[in-house]
Amino acid sequence: MKKILVKGKATGKILKSTNPINFLGTVDKKTGIVSEENHDLYNKSIKDSILLFPYGVGSSVGAYTIYSIKSNNSAPLAMICEKVDLTVATGCALANIPLVTVTEEEFSSLNDGQEITLDTESPNPITLLQ
Amino acid sequence: MELTREEESALKGEQGEIMEMAYRILVATGEATEAEKLIPIKWAHLSGVNYNTIGDAGEEFLRSISKDAKVKVKTSLNPMGFDIDNVSKYGLDDNFISKQLSIKNSYENMGVIPSFSCIPYEIFDIPEGGTQVSFAESNAAIHANSFDNLKTNKESAFSALASALTGKSPYSSLRKDDHSNLTIRMKVENPDELTYGMLGFFAGKVGNESVNISGIGKMDTRSCKSLCGGMGTSGTCAKFNFDEENPESETVDFDEDEMKKVYDQLNTSEKGDLITLGSPQLGLEEISDLAVKLKGRSFKKRCMIFCPRAVKEQATKLGHTNELERAGCEILSDCCTCLTPLIKKDEVDAVTTNSIKGAYYLKNSNGVGVNLKPLSKIIEDETA
Repeated sequence: MKKILVKGKATGKILKSTNPINFLGTVDKKTGIVSEENHDLYNKSIKDSILLFPYGVGSSVGAYTIYSIKSNNSAPLAMICEKVDLTVATGCALANIPLVTVTEEEFSSLNDGQEITLDTESPNPITLLQ
Repeated sequence: MELTREEESALKGEQGEIMEMAYRILVATGEATEAEKLIPIKWAHLSGVNYNTIGDAGEEFLRSISKDAKVKVKTSLNPMGFDIDNVSKYGLDDNFISKQLSIKNSYENMGVIPSFSCIPYEIFDIPEGGTQVSFAESNAAIHANSFDNLKTNKESAFSALASALTGKSPYSSLRKDDHSNLTIRMKVENPDELTYGMLGFFAGKVGNESVNISGIGKMDTRSCKSLCGGMGTSGTCAKFNFDEENPESETVDFDEDEMKKVYDQLNTSEKGDLITLGSPQLGLEEISDLAVKLKGRSFKKRCMIFCPRAVKEQATKLGHTNELERAGCEILSDCCTCLTPLIKKDEVDAVTTNSIKGAYYLKNSNGVGVNLKPLSKIIEDETA
């Protein structure tokens, strides 16, 4: 792990995207469903997942989308990125969604559907569950 | 990040909930940008105004904090969802209108200037070179860093709000002098504003914090704004440099092939049912240029033009508003093509525009097709 941006603990299944995410306009703020065609997560909901994606892109208002999906109970349990961007960092900070960054190797070693525990207070923050 | 004793006390909640929230956001921003301290800023520009984008959760959040919160520095504001002067023509429901007006009131209660514009760099005086500001609204942050000699992060809606409430921002690398580690060589000949928008979109995808562009030539206002809007849409990049030589950087070419990839991703329709101009909003120079281009011509279909209210008022005094309305344009203040609730997919199949930023959001958020053309071609094809 590289860095803890927002502290917390969560257990859940990884939803992995190799594409960056533009939260504003492509993630539904009520359901958390991704509407961008040709995106890894097209038509999938990010609700209750451990969302693993490279980084956030696009509009600054995406931070409100993250806050909204949390208020509508459709947010991921935690987010793991390769690189931080301010939209995701501040959206998660206000919504209290745990957020960490990982190295490129860790990013590629984590797979879609794997169940993990993320605990930013633990010496091994990411644990794979069998 | 090192905090002063007073900043630590705010973060602990000793100066109230609003300051605690603002400092929590600034600390996350500081960690994300690897800043070592907070520094004062002179001007904040906020996004997160349109009810279409921030929804009920955003409206409630702003209503709640505006009871106590006051901005500490000059703070301007992004567009909202409609123009109150003509909203009745666009079939928005009462709930939308009342929630939008609540958002407007919340910002005004906090002491924000109700500018409702995504082009603050065209309607306010630009402070002296090197001034630290905090601009959310991606095109404005990129424009400020690249063309206005100001310094800002590509702020998020919340980091800019936190800066407005505290007058501070993390001293990130973008706020210091930097150079780009990637140079894009512009290889497309005879570019128009659409080409520059596609170059920006490409730059956002390949660049990181800032990109250098070589071989770009002289750009007019329309092209500069298109370049910034395009890059803000696709990436995290916050600055263009324009050095012909940058020997230490990696190099990548933007050629006809790369341009075609962007065009094919964003151009999804052969023709539009209506035309939109303005994402970013049009400034006075573009409005007066448009008025000249439309002399003796009229649009054959609906054409929506988005500009700041301050620009519309000046344009009216100069007679441009009359000229544009005679040519069939609908002029809307305080709102923008980007994330507009005024274009609905059950009424419109596709929109013609010269905006790359507009095209991306019309497709992905409004769910309509997009026909991309430069302004010169729009006037040639769509007016008589």
